[in-house]
Amino acid sequence: METIKIQGTEDTPKIMLDAENEIMEISGRSLPEDVSSFYEPVLNWLNEYAENPNKKTVFNFKLTYFNTASSKLLLDILMKLEEMHEKGNDVVIRWHFPEDDEDMAEAGEEYADIVDVPFEQIPY
Amino acid sequence: MDNKKDVKGFLEFVYEFYKSMKAHEITLVYEGEITHQITKAFTSLTESNMSKEDEPNSVQRKVFHVMVECLQNISKHADDFTSNDYLFSGRGIFLVSKGEDEYSVTTGNAVENDKIEYLTELLENINHMDKDELKELYKRQMKEGRLSEKGGAGLGFIDIKRKTNKELEYHFLPISDDTSFFLLTSTISRSDN
Repeated sequence: METIKIQGTEDTPKIMLDAENEIMEISGRSLPEDVSSFYEPVLNWLNEYAENPNKKTVFNFKLTYFNTASSKLLLDILMKLEEMHEKGNDVVIRWHFPEDDEDMAEAGEEYADIVDVPFEQIPY
Repeated sequence: MDNKKDVKGFLEFVYEFYKSMKAHEITLVYEGEITHQITKAFTSLTESNMSKEDEPNSVQRKVFHVMVECLQNISKHADDFTSNDYLFSGRGIFLVSKGEDEYSVTTGNAVENDKIEYLTELLENINHMDKDELKELYKRQMKEGRLSEKGGAGLGFIDIKRKTNKELEYHFLPISDDTSFFLLTSTISRSDN
């Protein structure tokens, strides 16, 4: 399956989606000018991946900032992962946050409340 | 000769304007169209100023959050304004001021009068909510709300109140029979908490 590698910029996150090497990560800052079109390839990739996922799926979020429009799209990604989990796949979300950033920790807790997927909070 | 007088008057105005900015501790002011490029430029400028001044990380993050949401509000809503009035269509004013105890971020843009009731209700509702209520509202809106055509998620005001923990101050000033100028100020405390 195709690998997605997008370099991070000052307003868009770095994205690594590599099923073969089991790397799935969104990191950095997210305030794209057009959130929907920015995240569209990620959602498409997940849809395709969900048809034939690895034994175990670990999806890492390591964001330092995201705006409210991005928060909605991040939820869409998490809901896709929840759907895979509901179908009986082994799925884990790892939510990494700077240890002094309470708001980012809380954002993770909120997502964990909304979606029903194993969710690990990892301060760094 | 008249022209000379005009220039002098204008330069005097600039000096008054400068003094007035200083008196109000305004560190950034902009009038015009708010684009994504402008948003990036202003946030990175303010960010580098704050880090030079050793502002605590948590304060820097809050100011960044509030600036982005305020700027995106204008960029997404200012052109809802359908009037051909060149003074107001698609434009807005944006200012950041830095006082002893707090930062404030102020935006102003023209709105049609029939939006006033909706905006007032929305802001009052958010202003009267406590932390937990805001959290629930944010989660609900994120789940049930839809992204508008312009990419707005209806979450900006909720996010600002949550991040600042302060009421959003707002004011509508009449422009004409159909339109008003909508001003909004958010304040961010400089004490690290």
